[in-house]
Amino acid sequence: MQYLLLIYRNEAELGKMGAAERQQMMTDYGAFTQSIVQSGHFKAGDGLQPTTTATTVRVRDGKMLTTDGPFAETREQLGGYYLVEAKDLDTALGIAARIPGARTGSIEVRPVMIYD
Amino acid sequence: MTPVEIEKIFRDEAGRALATLIRLVGDFDLAEDALQDAVAAALQRWPDGCVPSNPRAWLVNVGRNRAIDRVRRQIAFRGKQEALAHELLLNASGQDEVTDVALDDDMLRLIFTCCHPSFSAEVQVALTLRTVCGLTSAQVARAFLVGEEAMAQRLLRAKQKIRLAGIPYEVPERDALEPRLRGVLAVIYLVFTEGYVATSGEDLMRPDLAREAIRLARLIDALMPGRGEVKGLLALMLLHDARRAGRQTAGGDIVLLEEQDRTLWDHVQITEGLKLVEDALRVPGRPQSYAVQAAIAALHAQAPNYRDTDWPQIAGLYEVLLRISPSPVVELNHAAAVSMVDGPARALDLIDALEARGGLGGYELLPAVRADLLRRLGRLDAAREAYRSASAATQLAPLRRFYARRTAELGG
Repeated sequence: MQYLLLIYRNEAELGKMGAAERQQMMTDYGAFTQSIVQSGHFKAGDGLQPTTTATTVRVRDGKMLTTDGPFAETREQLGGYYLVEAKDLDTALGIAARIPGARTGSIEVRPVMIYD
Repeated sequence: MTPVEIEKIFRDEAGRALATLIRLVGDFDLAEDALQDAVAAALQRWPDGCVPSNPRAWLVNVGRNRAIDRVRRQIAFRGKQEALAHELLLNASGQDEVTDVALDDDMLRLIFTCCHPSFSAEVQVALTLRTVCGLTSAQVARAFLVGEEAMAQRLLRAKQKIRLAGIPYEVPERDALEPRLRGVLAVIYLVFTEGYVATSGEDLMRPDLAREAIRLARLIDALMPGRGEVKGLLALMLLHDARRAGRQTAGGDIVLLEEQDRTLWDHVQITEGLKLVEDALRVPGRPQSYAVQAAIAALHAQAPNYRDTDWPQIAGLYEVLLRISPSPVVELNHAAAVSMVDGPARALDLIDALEARGGLGGYELLPAVRADLLRRLGRLDAAREAYRSASAATQLAPLRRFYARRTAELGG
């Protein structure tokens, strides 16, 4: 099965991070990504620019409406994702727990829909 | 065979048969339907005297064949490629593998799946009662005091999550086993406590839930033998449940431990519980929380009366609990035991300290314990006030009546 691991964290807290800490986080993410590429679980993954760069689009009555900012204001914001291949939820949860962001933020684990 | 005997077989075997069918057919709903078919077939055939020697294996084999029929009908109606693959899989699993060992393993798989930590505690309890204990959706709904429709929806969503999220049908391995087993035991104890003192409603107890919890713990103890925490939990529940007949009047009013007629207690069950406590405490390793709680229950069960209970040892065991699994509820119970050793004033100090730390925000028994201590200290106005708070905090009718009785006794 494929699972999308959505990484949520508090952007404001992230902004307060020092240079050394930031460097450490990058190193941790690099090592983690490398490990799941090697184990064959990795399908895709990216970090996202902060929600200050987000634009939300809706089409109503055929007209496109855009708003500045994310879809919903929440305490933690989506900051990145991994798409992984895993044999079951327990495996996916185990991978999610190893994402560096799990230590300060939260990882939402969502199975990818299969169309048949 | 009489209908009552057949009913008992279903009750004992349905959970295990379902557990194996789920593994064989790979789908909760299909397995449930197939088991229903098998039970219907058994009801037709068994009363004529042809009861199979191994009814469990019979239910599994008939159920599997009915599942294959159901999948075939689906193919006929919809011509689905996927369903065809499903049938091939079903046929590939041989008849001979329905051994008792396989059935035991399947039962554990089922229990661990229902108690998967990706479900909320409430859903874990509901799924376990429905699937492992074989309660109907309506019975589970009554246990939660929610509508049948709402409960059916909740169970449906949970079973969908098992399938769509890929929750494995497995007993967790190595490192994962201990925390997952703790989760399973917590679910069993939740079922029991709701049966021991209901959260709300007219009745103090729900003996059927207590019975199911004990049945589950016995099952786990048989499937995973030699574990202190399992034996401890089973002992704890047996010893608490043994007091059932003494805990309320014929009219459904609460009888406190100090007023209970101890001859009404179930002494056969107490003997079994005491033996299990010993076994649990003898298992090597750190003392387990359930075993220590059971040891406390054992002291109560052995005491000739309330006054001559070994309170110093009970207070000491609560101190052990405070070390190995501290919680505000343990602190409250510890304070109540201290009141019997050092007097209510000392206990009130402990509770004031606990409250000052804000530990027991919404715990409804806090004002009740406080009220009792104040009553014994002769501080009647404060006691009446505390009983009123206690009454406002509970939704259980017998508790409300008890608090009202106490308030009246205090001249309020």
